Amino acid sequence: MLSRTADCLFWLGRYSERAGNVARGLAATFRMAMLARPLSADDEWRSLLIATGSEPGFLAKHSHVTPEAVIHWLALDMDNPSGIAACVEAARRNARTVRTALTVDMWEAINDTWIEFRRLDSAVTRGDRLPGFLDWVRSRALLFNGAATDTMLRDDAWRFVHLGTMLERADNTARLLDVRHAAFHPDAAGDAASYAQWQAVLRAVSALRAYQHVYHARLQPQLVAELLLLRQELPRSLLACYRNVETVLEAIADANGGTRGECHQLAGGLHARMRSGEIGGILNDGLHGFLTQTIDQNFELGQQIGRQYLDGQQA
Amino acid sequence: MHADGAIRTPYVEMARYLDATGQEALEQKRREAEVLFRRIGVTFAVYTEGGDPERLIPFDVIPRILSHEEWVHLCQGLEQRVRALNAFLTDVYGPQEIIKAGRIPPELVLENEGYLPQMQGFTPPGGVWTVISGIDLVRTGPDAFYVLEDNCRTPSGVSYMLENREAMFRLFPEICARHRIAPVSHYPEELLETLKSLAPASCAGEPCVVVLTPGPYNSAYYEHSFLADEMGVELVEGADLFVKDEVVFMRTTAGPKRVDVIYRRIDDDFIDPEAFRPDSVVGVPGLMAAYRAGNVALANAPGTGIADDKAVYPYVPEMIRFYLKEEPILSNVPTFMCERPADQDYVLANLDKLVVKLARGSGGYGMLVGPHATEEQRVDFAARIKARPGDYIAQPTLALSTVPTLGEDGIGPRHVDLRPFILFGKTVRMVPGGLTRVALRPGSLVVNSSQGGGTKDTWVLLEEPPEAPPLALPAPEEEVPPQAQDGQSQSQTLGDMAQSQNGRSQSQGNA
Repeated sequence: MLSRTADCLFWLGRYSERAGNVARGLAATFRMAMLARPLSADDEWRSLLIATGSEPGFLAKHSHVTPEAVIHWLALDMDNPSGIAACVEAARRNARTVRTALTVDMWEAINDTWIEFRRLDSAVTRGDRLPGFLDWVRSRALLFNGAATDTMLRDDAWRFVHLGTMLERADNTARLLDVRHAAFHPDAAGDAASYAQWQAVLRAVSALRAYQHVYHARLQPQLVAELLLLRQELPRSLLACYRNVETVLEAIADANGGTRGECHQLAGGLHARMRSGEIGGILNDGLHGFLTQTIDQNFELGQQIGRQYLDGQQA
Repeated sequence: MHADGAIRTPYVEMARYLDATGQEALEQKRREAEVLFRRIGVTFAVYTEGGDPERLIPFDVIPRILSHEEWVHLCQGLEQRVRALNAFLTDVYGPQEIIKAGRIPPELVLENEGYLPQMQGFTPPGGVWTVISGIDLVRTGPDAFYVLEDNCRTPSGVSYMLENREAMFRLFPEICARHRIAPVSHYPEELLETLKSLAPASCAGEPCVVVLTPGPYNSAYYEHSFLADEMGVELVEGADLFVKDEVVFMRTTAGPKRVDVIYRRIDDDFIDPEAFRPDSVVGVPGLMAAYRAGNVALANAPGTGIADDKAVYPYVPEMIRFYLKEEPILSNVPTFMCERPADQDYVLANLDKLVVKLARGSGGYGMLVGPHATEEQRVDFAARIKARPGDYIAQPTLALSTVPTLGEDGIGPRHVDLRPFILFGKTVRMVPGGLTRVALRPGSLVVNSSQGGGTKDTWVLLEEPPEAPPLALPAPEEEVPPQAQDGQSQSQTLGDMAQSQNGRSQSQGNA
């Protein structure tokens, strides 16, 4: 496969996943802020800015954090490269470039989203319309993933899309948990505010029900963290994501002459770290440190995948 | 329009259908077609004008129909023309016999921008220069087709030929089934076979063919990706390729892979910054060296622009006589070359009857349609012609045929042209059909998509439909002379079916 094609597919997977993740994050924060009013609503919005890694860009444009400004920034502002609007645009741009590597269903999923998005008015994120808009974005991301999973041949095209999706998803889960790491400290108070934090994390990865199915128990910080980090059953856990990343990278290596590089080592390392991790130890040693390291390694893994397969410079 | 209101035979069945189907239903189909094209993404990109960056070329739901016999006649003429154009290219980049014989002025060739001195003495793989040609034809009567222009560089539009047919099958399965329409969907296979036949001798095993595009911002990007997809080959950009030791490779996830044949949709000037424009960012440095070394084939060969230059066009019939010792099957439109004093005098005296074009322009820009122009525009063009006569040619406005087209207020006659695509490898191949472009504005003669033109599906019938008496329709209550021929004595709408809307009555005429 052309390196550029692989690059576009990888980023198509990432941007599509990111659009859905930002919508999930916005929906969870919107709800949290509603409940937390009048106490600490602005903190919620700030947390979301940090989790999406777009706080510096936001502050360059806005002097205060207001709900309206954050929502607009994350949903519609094309200046925010991690916002939903820019992700939809970038996903579609990548898809169009490699049209021929996609199935018709995938193309229509992404292209229809783009067409619809261009028709939206700027009031779509205001007031009562916001939840409907966010549901729509989430459903479009799900449709894209479904189209990819159900219609793609299991060849390199699928593998690079899936790799991008999984890497982005791991990054998102790690960041969501990290902005609320204080609520998971062993000494943190188990009060209503902390409870709301745990709930918000679960909501943001659509795992509130999943928690109950797995643990049949009241929310406990240790179990919430375990579910998001170490449980194979949850498709958005770091363990599940890195297992997929390692598997798919191995398959790519096998299909491309068997050569392996730095990215395979890193992926193997991240997977092993989650597989052998033990939640008590992680929380005692500091969740923040663990997650920061994971986020850094995830970034490095992305770089190494680029070097191995996407830059076309390995000749 | 024929006085007795008879319908040209290929259109009989279609006329019945259109009569039975209301305007409203056709409008509905047109909207469905638009949604279909938008969803598939059949668009041309316009990134310079603001507004919607990806536009649809309007699609007219009423197909243009040619009989089997008409097509056979065209095929013979097209093959003859393409063979002559290739003989001309081989000659002007070789011994230049046609110049020595005094059949074409040397400066017209050697000082032409389309002539690439770098290609002098070079023989392309298989001796073929124009692997893919698109020849634009217009019709003025039942058997009178004229060649309007030759496109020998990177002719586009074939994806519309294919997608329009798919749209028709989807929207009008019933009327399609009632005709024996010659298929066109094998074009990509024919193209791939043709391209493979050019692979260099050093190529071992299955040739690696790629389509080279300037990228997603090119107006024809959809077509590039469509053709690559249909052929099952990689769509590459310049940066995906590199040249090492005069061999072309593409960058893949498994390392470099050798490329044998490049169907390039990038202009000559831009394909290799080392050989042509050094500022090109879409090309491949060293590509021409690899090409000259015989390690890669390019389709089309660089330098073919000399063959489709508008100033060279008047000499194509002469090429046919000179190289093939045959008489042209398809005629040229009479063309006045403004740099010839006698021609210039005639053009200036008859601006209201002529179409004036830039000798080197495309897309319908920089053009004067005399009968439709204002006095001011004509004065302006007269001054331009006097200032730079060599830049202009002029042609009479032919009594172009029209075909029925769905307009805003019903079905009416519109002018069309036809671009069949000719593939030339070891043999000449054509799929029966082509791109029909239609001037959607009533009376307009300009079919370019940039100037309000649209497209139609083009049906070549496998054989005449079973014997049916000519369908006699009442004559229109009032003859509406179809537009565009003001100030001209020639009568309008010879040839294809014309239909004038006049209340409920309509007539569909033969020549």
